[in-house]
Amino acid sequence: MKKSLLFVAIGLLFLAGALSAGKVEAAPSVEEIVDKANLAAYYAGDDGRSDVRMTITDGQGRTRNREFVILRKDIKDGGEQRFYVYFEKPGDVRKMVFMVHKFIGRDDDRWMYLAKLDLVKRIAASDKRTSFVGSHFFYEDVSGRGVDEDRHELIEETDSHYVVKNTPKLPGEVEFSSYTVWIDKETFLPTKAEYLDKEARPYREVEALETETIQGLPTVTKSQVRDLRSGGDTVSEFKNIKYDIGLEEDIFTERYLRRPPRVVRR
Amino acid sequence: MGSKKTVNKWFRPALFSGLILLTPLMAFSGGLDDLQARLSDEYRTDLIGFIETRAGVRLRDDPSQKDASLGEVRLQMDLNSDLDFGILKLKTDLLGDLVTEEAIVELRELNLLFFPHDMIDVKAGRQVLTWGTGDLLFINDLFPKDWESFFIGRDVEYLKAPSDALKSSVFTDLFNFDLIYVPRFNGSEYIDGSRISYWNGVLGRTSGRDFIFVDDERNKAFEEDEVHARLNKNLGGLELDGYGYYGYWKTPEGVKLAGPKLFYPGLAVIGASARNSIWGGIGNLEIGYYDSFDDRKGADPLIRNSEIRFLAGFVRELARNFTGGFQYYLEYMQDYDEYESTADPATAKDEYRHVTTVRLTRLLMNQTLTLSLFAYYSPSDEDGYLRPKFHYKVTDQLAVDGGINWFFGADDHTFFGQFEEATNIYVGVRWNY
Repeated sequence: MKKSLLFVAIGLLFLAGALSAGKVEAAPSVEEIVDKANLAAYYAGDDGRSDVRMTITDGQGRTRNREFVILRKDIKDGGEQRFYVYFEKPGDVRKMVFMVHKFIGRDDDRWMYLAKLDLVKRIAASDKRTSFVGSHFFYEDVSGRGVDEDRHELIEETDSHYVVKNTPKLPGEVEFSSYTVWIDKETFLPTKAEYLDKEARPYREVEALETETIQGLPTVTKSQVRDLRSGGDTVSEFKNIKYDIGLEEDIFTERYLRRPPRVVRR
Repeated sequence: MGSKKTVNKWFRPALFSGLILLTPLMAFSGGLDDLQARLSDEYRTDLIGFIETRAGVRLRDDPSQKDASLGEVRLQMDLNSDLDFGILKLKTDLLGDLVTEEAIVELRELNLLFFPHDMIDVKAGRQVLTWGTGDLLFINDLFPKDWESFFIGRDVEYLKAPSDALKSSVFTDLFNFDLIYVPRFNGSEYIDGSRISYWNGVLGRTSGRDFIFVDDERNKAFEEDEVHARLNKNLGGLELDGYGYYGYWKTPEGVKLAGPKLFYPGLAVIGASARNSIWGGIGNLEIGYYDSFDDRKGADPLIRNSEIRFLAGFVRELARNFTGGFQYYLEYMQDYDEYESTADPATAKDEYRHVTTVRLTRLLMNQTLTLSLFAYYSPSDEDGYLRPKFHYKVTDQLAVDGGINWFFGADDHTFFGQFEEATNIYVGVRWNY
């Protein structure tokens, strides 16, 4: 009798173990995937810096370059953030600074500093889907699109990726009808996004060309946007990436617009 | 003005040929790239700049001026040296001006920025200074301007003339505080008739090169000085500023009948501004009280009266890559009765001068082409100033731009109306290195 009870107990333990193991194995909900992808892509570490080199190629094959340093600080994971972009090249925009206080649920605050005029300019931030410094990247590609702005649907699961279709809740505010994102199952980094226009034709692709693990954090180190209509594209390469460097919040204030902080100087 | 030095006559031809021939040669031979890389790697010094040529002509006949409003070659050199304790900056222009037939070395900036304390930044030397919320309208920004450059179609960079100043900024959790001391008064580059004709109140007519006003410079260091101050606080996106100024009018707003000569009467200003995002755009308010303290009661007709100035502005995206802005600006003259009792009724100013501005900016072709219009219109003066403009970045190095400075007005004596004959069209080509 005692023996059989023990067996039952052991059997229950196994069952419980199998059940809990099964829970880990089961696919996470689409909301979980999207949240994790958002954190992996835009909130790695508590803060970070990177040198960025953008090569913009237009439909006729002419190229332009942008070089800048980008600083980021998370006020809250998945929530409010600060960005500071310090331009180094080309020469005509050298020392120009672009600063964003990113909010969820309300428009971001944006500033621009024009060094030759010593002018701190506040910029209207209503449309986030405009070109970032003349590249094929949008502001929203740089600072992230709010996860609540789309409805998400897990349309496919491959060996390596979750494939999520995103449909905007306010279609009148964006130029796409939907976009599909391939999210790496291990790192949760989005590795590809394909945008469909209002007639459901693909017209824009964003792709992670290279990823590396930096300070234990999976990181995209080279990405590309392709404009399928014009044939133009922009490639961004990220160098000297560092996380958790202890950026103070006051770096993201007017003081450091007028005077670059040490972390962006060499 | 103090910021410009005319080069000796014998040097002019040499400088001209140098400007025109040497720089492109240097640049295209790649020598400049090597120099830039070496300076950057070995001395932590950045060298950038440009060479440009600009030309402009008058669209209306002005018998007292040349037909060419602009014709110049300019080489700018901008050196930034990162010393451990601070940053040393040198920015200088070599200008060959074919309209005034001068070769000029213009030292735009020479300053040292250093950080004596965690909470304190100091910038000492010649520098360009800007604050306030107006767009091409200035209330509490009492730093020198160069209106002539602005009116003839130079880059907007040249609207701001440098100051020889000591700027200290203190940053605390409660507020930030800037204090700027200018030991020797720096006035604005005003319209004196040498290139643009203006309404001459003494003669009661428009005059140009036939009557170039001279002014009594205020150049006694530590005696004829200026102080600028600002308190600044950002309350979760709402930017609040308080301002103070003690010095002189930046343009010579006083007349001495002996000569006649212009002079810079004393001026103190106290003001405030607020700026925040609102209605999907950015809104701003600014106010200032101009205390013309050399004639506080307004009794002296030869000194400009005290004023209250106010502006309200709003800017937002109207469509993708298309931004629109609107401003309302007011100059409210104090002691108007005193002024009216002596002023010539035919040319007297109004008690309230209202000005509205509109800015439209359209970015095209991956933001390489900018089309913009800035328009001033004063319903009280019935005059205005339109600035349509294009700027095209051919490559990262090469840019062309052009536009029109179009002045109009019902009368010859109003602020914009007096410059009607200066209406001009210009183009520029700039090569950045």
